[in-house]
Amino acid sequence: MKGKKIKLPLQEEEIKDLKRGDRLLLSGTLYTARDAAHKRLLEALDRGEELPFRIKGQVIYYVGPTPPPPGKVIGSAGPTTSSRMDSLTLPLLERGLKGMIGKGSRSEEVKRALQKHGAFYLAAVGGAGAFLSKKIKSARVVAYEDLGPEAIYQLEVEDFPVVVINDIHGGDLYEEGKARYAREK
Amino acid sequence: MQIIMVEDITRNVARMCCEANMHLGQDVKVALERALTIEESPAGREVLKELLENAEIADKERIPLCQDTGVAVVFVEMGREVIIEGGDPLEAINQGVEKGYQECYLRKSMVGDPLKRINTGTNTPAVIHWEMVPGDKLKITVAPKGGGSENMSTLKVLKPAQGEKGVIDFVVETVREAGANPCPPLVVGVGLGGTFEKAALLAKKALLRPLGQAHSDSYYARLEEVILEKVNSLGIGPQGFGGRITALAVHIEYFAAHIASLPVAVNLNCHASRHVERVFQGVKK
Repeated sequence: MKGKKIKLPLQEEEIKDLKRGDRLLLSGTLYTARDAAHKRLLEALDRGEELPFRIKGQVIYYVGPTPPPPGKVIGSAGPTTSSRMDSLTLPLLERGLKGMIGKGSRSEEVKRALQKHGAFYLAAVGGAGAFLSKKIKSARVVAYEDLGPEAIYQLEVEDFPVVVINDIHGGDLYEEGKARYAREK
Repeated sequence: MQIIMVEDITRNVARMCCEANMHLGQDVKVALERALTIEESPAGREVLKELLENAEIADKERIPLCQDTGVAVVFVEMGREVIIEGGDPLEAINQGVEKGYQECYLRKSMVGDPLKRINTGTNTPAVIHWEMVPGDKLKITVAPKGGGSENMSTLKVLKPAQGEKGVIDFVVETVREAGANPCPPLVVGVGLGGTFEKAALLAKKALLRPLGQAHSDSYYARLEEVILEKVNSLGIGPQGFGGRITALAVHIEYFAAHIASLPVAVNLNCHASRHVERVFQGVKK
């Protein structure tokens, strides 16, 4: 598989060079979080507590995997729809979150915040959970275990394939891709 | 009369939950291969290849195709000459869902109450649609439905004067609005006519038809082609990365309607179009 190899956590200079449409192969650490975990993270911030992991410079993967079958580190693990996290994202960007992996477009508010904070939004292929699970080498619960598939996991990934949707320069692959291939009368 | 035991239902529903979530239908594989010959966008082609590879890995390693193993939607067609014995058939179906989701390591995605949102831990209750039909057979279809595509589905009761054009525009707008969220390439189920709830059920049933099989009524077969062409002119493409293949198929099911109404429901499904059906042979009495 082709793609630019990127080590996580990200370096500031690297993010600047990445453009919408770029295929990346990520290796390193990702943190999972979806609806319920986001709600808890924000509640922790409201109470003035520390977050359960150091968010500065990190990438969050929006995923709720299936349970790991015996002998496997994780089950099927593809991206979930990102827009559900739109209203819960800004406080995390303000604290240094550098990237998010999901699927589907983000709100205008999130897109503006990405540019402001020098962060980017990536998509993995929705519906390719079995394929993507092979790129995950280990999974460890770091918080909210009671949430089951919605708990926060620390994942170690190797050549995890993603596509840049929103870069820090305001590029948007969903908008540009559609405009390029549309042929409506 | 044919007698079918509830244990037989439970055992088979469990297997069907596993199979539907781990095995991509041959019709879908053919449709993806065909899409690869049409898709011009390099990013779109990569997605189609990844989905085909995903199906191979899922099959070989017994990993679900998608982490969202869905709400268990179950359609039952029960012949009038069938008797189910040994317990409550609805309970038997729910027990089958619980067993299948547990034994095959599928994700339990059901919350018991839409506002209090506590996970039931079993992926039950299933959403069961029961129908009486002529004959001596029992047919059960298990169709796990994911949230990403379900969330972008729509329903509207149009004015009869809006006619065919109104229907086409509504379906195309639904797909445009959905964008990348429902994981294109899509299968688009359209329910026309009936009432508010009937149209929605027809749209879901339309998703059960094998890909590549046109509507048996030539008027609706043509309408399916017209809508598919328009949907694939939107440019959304596989995963919304831009491209020609936004949908693999558009399927329409219709029913009679009131003189004042033209209900239209659009149920979007991801490429996998997961469903497995079994016809049960009972013991003659």
